[in-house]
Amino acid sequence: MPKHKLPRKSTHIDMTAMCDVAFLLLTFFMLATKFKPDEPVVVKTPSSISDIVIPDNSILLTVDPSGKVFFDYDNKKAKAILIEKVNTEKQLNLTEAEKESFKRGASFGLPFNQMKAYLSIDPINQKSYPFTGIPIDTTYTPALNELAYWVQSARIAGQETGHPPRICIKCDAGTAYPKVKDVIKTLTKNDILRFNLVTTLEAIPDGTAAAVEHAEKEKAASQNKPATH
Amino acid sequence: MAEIDTSGGGKKKGPGVKKGKKLSTRIDLTPMVDLGFLLITFFIFTTTMSKPKTMEINMPVDIKDTTTKAKDYCTMTILLSQQHRVYYYVGLADDPMHPPKVEVTYFQNRNGIRDAIIQHKKNVDEEKMNGMPGHIPTDKPVILIKPDINSQYEDMVNILDEMKINDMPIYAMIDITPVDQGYIKATEEANAGGPK
Repeated sequence: MPKHKLPRKSTHIDMTAMCDVAFLLLTFFMLATKFKPDEPVVVKTPSSISDIVIPDNSILLTVDPSGKVFFDYDNKKAKAILIEKVNTEKQLNLTEAEKESFKRGASFGLPFNQMKAYLSIDPINQKSYPFTGIPIDTTYTPALNELAYWVQSARIAGQETGHPPRICIKCDAGTAYPKVKDVIKTLTKNDILRFNLVTTLEAIPDGTAAAVEHAEKEKAASQNKPATH
Repeated sequence: MAEIDTSGGGKKKGPGVKKGKKLSTRIDLTPMVDLGFLLITFFIFTTTMSKPKTMEINMPVDIKDTTTKAKDYCTMTILLSQQHRVYYYVGLADDPMHPPKVEVTYFQNRNGIRDAIIQHKKNVDEEKMNGMPGHIPTDKPVILIKPDINSQYEDMVNILDEMKINDMPIYAMIDITPVDQGYIKATEEANAGGPK
């Protein structure tokens, strides 16, 4: 029997389709996502059913498991005003470059006397600076409590830019309550009674009052749709 | 797909005419694909899909105000303690001669603190209509949350979340008192000594 020769097929695969897919996905990720903010500590937040999105231009107070407090403010304009104010009031003698570094910098947790040392180093190395947390004094007055001072000054700075900030606390689930209480007390003693706690979203348990309310809201939304059409 | 047909439908050239070598326009796209996926990986790792979610919290302005307004039968006190334990009792517990019956539970979906809150709500709804002195139909259940010093932030968020889950209209987070700490201790001792 004569051998039947199989035609040799090329092992080349047309990569065009693959390339299309890769770039389509790339475009999607570029447009749909946002860069992760720089954080000096990893914080695992507890979960809640609340689905309020974190407000824009907010002061973010991060509390790590050991209770160290970090401060961040996502309004660059206000941050520039804030550092000017802090520089003159606390006599930090910062240079223009250091002020710029503060403006661009991420979350930090340091007492005032270490601010200059921290801001003078390269931004890449700032993340690995040995943070000690912003000191909280139990008098809770801005004059002595550094956290209260930061929050108070940032609110004033935010007010000047026309966007009064909201305060968010991002705290690790395992942080001891007294540490959290100190932060909350610092706010409440300075007449900040409404603030947000950063949480991860979890599903609403079935059969509860919130689940009923949620179902009603969805029903109302679906009924409203044809009406507005 | 990506290649262009260069074969051309033109007429054949004569034998003396030199033919330019036909170069394939097919490009190997493999490196391009590699680059694409590399960038995708980079974007996946450095970005976040959505903004973090938050829960709003309102702190009481004056603590004394809430406790004096609340009625004995409307009030439920929740104490948060170590190892995610939750102690609770109904009543103001302002009479040292009659300490409240303190119960202990956990944050669980069944028979946990949620059921206790739902039960309390139901009890208040029933009792406010029974016409006893001081019971007005407009009474609302009140919950006082007192986290102990050995509780964790997670417990605090969980209990605030329970308020939302069970649609509690009035609640306040206040400091724990030595009296309440005494209740926790007494309950712990009773549970340790009793049959397990």
